[in-house]
Amino acid sequence: MTHLELATDHGAVVQLQALDACPLAIRGLTVSYGEKPAVFSIDATVEQGSMTAIIGPNGAGKSTMLKAALGVIKPLAGTVTVYGKPLDTQRHRIAYVPQRASIDWDFPTRVIDVVLMGLYRDLGLLGRIGRKERDLAADCLDRVGMHDFADRQIGQLSGGQQQRVFLARALAQQADLYLLDEPFAGVDAATEKAIIDVLKTLKAQGKTVVAVHHDLSTVTEYFDRVFLINVRKVAEGPVENTFTSENLQQAYGGRLATTQIDDLSLTAI
Amino acid sequence: MLLDALTLQLGYNATLVAIGAALLGISAGVTGTFLFLRKRALVSDAISHATLPGVGLAFIVMVWLGGDGRNLAGLMLGSAVSAWLGLLCVQSITRRTRLAEDAAIGAVLSSFFGLGVVLLTVIQTMSSGRQAGLDGLLLGSTAGMLWQDAAIIATGGAVTLALVLLLRRPMTLVAFDPEYARAAGVNTDRVDMLTMALALAVTVVGLKIVGLILIVALLIIPPVTARFWTDRSERVVAISGALGGISGFVGAAISASAPALPTGPIIVLTCFALFVFSLFLAPDRGVLAAYLRHRSFQKKVHLRQGLLAIAEHQPIYEPLTIRLLAREGLARRDGVPTAAGTARAAKALRDERRWQVVHTQPTYEAISSLYDGLREIESVLTADQLADIDEVIGGPKGVTP
Repeated sequence: MTHLELATDHGAVVQLQALDACPLAIRGLTVSYGEKPAVFSIDATVEQGSMTAIIGPNGAGKSTMLKAALGVIKPLAGTVTVYGKPLDTQRHRIAYVPQRASIDWDFPTRVIDVVLMGLYRDLGLLGRIGRKERDLAADCLDRVGMHDFADRQIGQLSGGQQQRVFLARALAQQADLYLLDEPFAGVDAATEKAIIDVLKTLKAQGKTVVAVHHDLSTVTEYFDRVFLINVRKVAEGPVENTFTSENLQQAYGGRLATTQIDDLSLTAI
Repeated sequence: MLLDALTLQLGYNATLVAIGAALLGISAGVTGTFLFLRKRALVSDAISHATLPGVGLAFIVMVWLGGDGRNLAGLMLGSAVSAWLGLLCVQSITRRTRLAEDAAIGAVLSSFFGLGVVLLTVIQTMSSGRQAGLDGLLLGSTAGMLWQDAAIIATGGAVTLALVLLLRRPMTLVAFDPEYARAAGVNTDRVDMLTMALALAVTVVGLKIVGLILIVALLIIPPVTARFWTDRSERVVAISGALGGISGFVGAAISASAPALPTGPIIVLTCFALFVFSLFLAPDRGVLAAYLRHRSFQKKVHLRQGLLAIAEHQPIYEPLTIRLLAREGLARRDGVPTAAGTARAAKALRDERRWQVVHTQPTYEAISSLYDGLREIESVLTADQLADIDEVIGGPKGVTP
């Protein structure tokens, strides 16, 4: 990769330097279930301090791309660098919020224990969970408005509350890069607001946020950058000039009526 | 006699067996919890059955080398190797084919066990075949337990226990949320393999006392039983270990108090008795508690619906509702409300209005989620908060229950 970009003109060298600082750079990522690629040769560059929405139709590979970038599923090809270094050396700077549906909510654990899981990495095998850790976990729950739920069994929560607990666990990691898989899927309005407030606060603190997103009507309100995908990359860039009807048409094809796209793009401009 | 056994007064062998069984029970209960939480309890069945060919081969090799074929350390080593092979078979079948894990377990379990039985039969016909000690490993046999055997079992059990406690965090994380664990850099495959290896160690350690067929019970029943008593994984681990230990100790003592009782099966039956007790009598998750909760819930629902019907001047049709209202002195047998009933009905209706306000205000979110149409609103809100809410509703103040 380095050779390739150095071999081009002067501008590319500058781009390479910018890439070194960037929170997440994906090059040539391909993931396949069986013989059919779910994600094909994706390049993505997430900008420092941005809030990026990954959007695309169902089955476009949005979640797959995110999981493969994190090594949750094994990609067929591709490299991922985080803050210019290999992924495995930078795990402590990444917090991941998986989809709610992937969990058995009858698991015997309380809300506060789930948040404390965000600290397991720092604690290691033997580190004791003391006052400091408990306070931090309680504080993270407070930030998502779930403080009063700390001692509840997780199965007693509503879907939106479960999602907020997952976000609190990510906050407890005190990471720099936050990757969320459909954080707004199936949640109530109060949760959606709580989550977006937390994410905007993170952005204000200079953190970087990437979320798989399915609701096109809130893209312009919530995010400043978009990444459009339909197995292949369609476009990536600032919302203003990337979240356009042409790009949406290309990503969604016939699945989105042209009038709908026009409505959305108008709000973007 | 049983009391003597429980207080370790029945002699050297019985004491060794009881202590060994208690240690085995603790480590099996603790290890089994993580199999149970990972929903892979059945893999232990494959592991245990896959030990048998290793036992047979180890016996043959040791006899060939001119040693005692029944040396416990040698048999344990052989069984560990073949159980590990069985485990690898299950794993590669699951990964490389489209077969589900249960199918792989079934295939591996029966093939390995079949091979083991063939080997035992061959050993029986060998000239040096004193196989008497070997079939004891199927169901456990503690009659001739030696000091070295007990020492091996105690050491193995203690080491396994220590390792499980050391690895409890990654194992919990992988069991609860494997995707998150992988994103956090945990090698979930390795953690899973370690969990299986620990279960394998427990199986091998338990060969002498409970035997390879029944060890599965000691790995699975204690965590399942413990789950009835708590909603916290670290407590499931502790309770499960305690239950396993108690089953091992008490079971061994019972079997020592009567010469004809086999140790392994008695331990498992003791464990099962604790399970049945918990199944019915555990608070919260037990069957009896669930039944009582359902009845009291049903009563509350009927009373509430009855009161709301009275408040809205609707007729009550359900006989159960009328019967319950009458029993509380809120209505007559023909369904006409009493004065107390009318007052309580007005209160019920007002509380519904109060809840509606609670639902609309974000500050009350945690409380709002407690709404089930039944809970007394005074039990979750202070008088001041209620006064604020009543301010919103308007109308007459100071409704008393």
